[in-house]
Amino acid sequence: MVAKFHEPFFQGSTGKNSRGVLRIVILCLVAGAAIASRLFSVIRFESIIHEFDPWFNFRATKYLVSNGFYDFWDWFDDRTWHPLGRVTGGTLYPGLMVTSGVIYHALRALTIPVDIRNICVLLAPGFSGLTAFATYLFTNEMSTSHSAGLLAAIFMGIAPGYISRSVAGSYDNEAIAIFLLVFTFYLWIKAVKLGSAFWGALCALFYGYMVSAWGGYVFITNLIPLHVFVLVCMGRFSPRVYVSYCTWYALGTLASMQIPFVGFLPIRSSEHMSALGVFGLLQLVGFVEFVRSGVPSKQFATLLRGFVLLVFAISFGGLVLLTVSGVIAPWTGRFYSLWDTGYAKIHIPIIASVSEHQPTAWPAYFFDLNLLIWLFPAGVYLCFLKLTDEQVFVVVYAILASYFSGVMVRLMLTLTPIVCVAAALALSNILDTYLTFKSPEEPTAITSTEGSSSSATKKASKQEGLRSMRQPLIGIYAGFSKISVVTAMTTYLLIFVLHCTWVTSNAYSSPSVVLASRLPDGSQHIIDDYREAYQWLRQNTKEDAKIMSWWDYGYQIGGMADRPTLVDNNTWNNTHIATVGKAMSSREEVSYPIMRQHEVDYVLVVFGGLLGYSGDDINKFLWMVRIAEGIWPDEIKERDFFTERGEYRVDGGATQTMKDSLMYKMSYYNYHTLFPPGQAQDRVRNVKMPEVGPVLNTMEEAFTSENWIIRIYKVKDLDNVGRDHASAASFDRGNKKKKTTKKRGPKVLRVE
Amino acid sequence: MAPKKNAAAAVSIASPTSQTTTTIPSSTPIKTPSKSSSRNQSPQQVALGIWQNYLDKTPQRTKLIDVFMSFLVVVGVLQFVYCILAGNYPFNAFLSGFSATVGQFVLTASLRIQTNVENKAEFSSVSPERAFADYVFGSLILHFFCVNFIN
Repeated sequence: MVAKFHEPFFQGSTGKNSRGVLRIVILCLVAGAAIASRLFSVIRFESIIHEFDPWFNFRATKYLVSNGFYDFWDWFDDRTWHPLGRVTGGTLYPGLMVTSGVIYHALRALTIPVDIRNICVLLAPGFSGLTAFATYLFTNEMSTSHSAGLLAAIFMGIAPGYISRSVAGSYDNEAIAIFLLVFTFYLWIKAVKLGSAFWGALCALFYGYMVSAWGGYVFITNLIPLHVFVLVCMGRFSPRVYVSYCTWYALGTLASMQIPFVGFLPIRSSEHMSALGVFGLLQLVGFVEFVRSGVPSKQFATLLRGFVLLVFAISFGGLVLLTVSGVIAPWTGRFYSLWDTGYAKIHIPIIASVSEHQPTAWPAYFFDLNLLIWLFPAGVYLCFLKLTDEQVFVVVYAILASYFSGVMVRLMLTLTPIVCVAAALALSNILDTYLTFKSPEEPTAITSTEGSSSSATKKASKQEGLRSMRQPLIGIYAGFSKISVVTAMTTYLLIFVLHCTWVTSNAYSSPSVVLASRLPDGSQHIIDDYREAYQWLRQNTKEDAKIMSWWDYGYQIGGMADRPTLVDNNTWNNTHIATVGKAMSSREEVSYPIMRQHEVDYVLVVFGGLLGYSGDDINKFLWMVRIAEGIWPDEIKERDFFTERGEYRVDGGATQTMKDSLMYKMSYYNYHTLFPPGQAQDRVRNVKMPEVGPVLNTMEEAFTSENWIIRIYKVKDLDNVGRDHASAASFDRGNKKKKTTKKRGPKVLRVE
Repeated sequence: MAPKKNAAAAVSIASPTSQTTTTIPSSTPIKTPSKSSSRNQSPQQVALGIWQNYLDKTPQRTKLIDVFMSFLVVVGVLQFVYCILAGNYPFNAFLSGFSATVGQFVLTASLRIQTNVENKAEFSSVSPERAFADYVFGSLILHFFCVNFIN
């Protein structure tokens, strides 16, 4: 009855219109859900920028908004990497900043003046709504089902794998990059399907936008050629493929070269060679197809095919030769470590030191993509069943992205769109099968239409006895099975929504600037030491006081304290970072000259021993040692920081090198005075600290935040009367010898 | 030298092909015997046969496109030879010039493919006018990028 009541409503031209209205309403709701689920952190805490990297993006955006586009384009930043500076215009992807700058000015022109900070904070949720819409378009190209696109949109809108990098306040490149990724792929599929140069050119334009936004554009640069290559290998070369790919490559490569950071890379580096190679291959294949249509001889065609293979082999060999001889740059370390997973840990400790560059554990997949992860293989399998050009793309994308996401946690982000699409394909297939109200016709009806001959064959097939050999009749008859399956899937979907909301709320919506903890009565206690310390730096130090800290905090110091730093999160100069690492891990007498040479005024360390904040500098200390050891292997040795038994200890049993290191001294300076004598306790390492704390000679404590998380030290000036700091400090402490011995020391010749 | 020859060939053939556009079906049966006899002909004659076949079968507009494409090839080759001879010091200038020819070649080839009547089935949604508009759109973008990149 219900079905009959709805049928006129959903069929015919009015049905089409009402379906369109429904679709728009659903898409708006999906976008609303995508935005709303990202606002936990803004509502709970405040509207601020969260992690480390976004602080630089925010600072660059402020520069862009206040100084205009041309100044931003050639901005030389002399407040980072202190003695060196950073040519910012040539070393960043400007897409994110320009986008928010454009939004800022557009809103101003509409007389809605919004603070640039709020635009930056809310950019990622806004673009996530667009991502959901782009996924809808992309999936609609894959499937004829009406529901697949909408399902993919809602999956993409709330999947935690994408939310993790796009909550409000996470003003990172990925915020707009995933939208551009999906939209570029949509345009690409559209171009391949239609064989239209227009869509190819649009794809190239959005590819250029993507290049300007995120370094992950290399993924597109390799995925699209791989798709085309697979198509050619499958013998599915068609003029459509030629038109779309060549348009995309010719325009897209030029577009990507407009970004100063990319420059000549598209023709010089190995990551881009696959696109060039496939471009050449397509020219050959296109030419051969053209000639073959003109020349009828079959032998000639096989000859030409051989010719194509030969040229391909020769050009591949030439590429290898050029790479070996150094004309084409080999893989950069970051990309190379994707293939050789042990490479980074051995050769480039700075890549391995980032927690995002670790392999993914399997619970992460279930955590980030609850039911999608088991629908994902089913969706890919369905793509195999009807293998058109665009299904091949899904398969290729799925295989490549699942490999990369297994190698690196961070690349889970590129996997999420295809998981959403494939899962939506699978789920919509299930729903389409089980959600039809009309049952398939009885087998007698089918045989009767075909007449007596088919019934004869049916009898024959019965005699054969194999069920699968008979006339296949596929369909669901019983209402019970329909209802149960649909109910089960609906339950899964509801659980998925609950899971996503829970994960977003609990795992991904915490600003790392503000630490939240719970008091025993359940009320929230906010630990705001970072901003306290940065604010102190901002208000109580000279405008150009140089701050030395480990590179993790470089962007935040630049953004919040607005002071020049030595190193920051853009780790472009490994030696400079190693210098800081050496200064942190050496004795005071060694590190003081280093700090003088770099005009360091303040040193900032993060110490979580009082509060149990585990991400502090003592726990990162070994990476400093390793990075410094890579440059000065005979001065810094990692072995010296371990005890005889190979333990990394900070308590009384720590090695002398550890106790003498600047980092140790700065972290535990005066720490024992906080406790009753003999009960100093480090809550992170869970050890009892020795009775007497370390002594600092070359620097003095300038500021320690409320919970001792951030400690800032001022580097002392040279001694007035020319003593070294150790003796001057010991003189001040009153350690002078009571008896002035007249004994003369060994004489030294004065040379001046 | 080469473009001139091609252009001259195209111009000289322009008038007969404009008449023979309607008689294309009549020319196709001529081709089949030439194919069967090509087995025992010298390579020169085969090439000549292919060339003649091309001249007979191709519409005039397509030939015009072909002439333009061969002109682009010549310009590209000249630039490349000059780059080899004189070095690639303003590399962006070389790149933008060279990729302009390559890109334009590719776009023109796309136009040729799309407007070819034999590929009608492949490009059901692209009419020749639409193909030309796409071509203009693509070329405008290409030239904007090239002019921007040449500094």
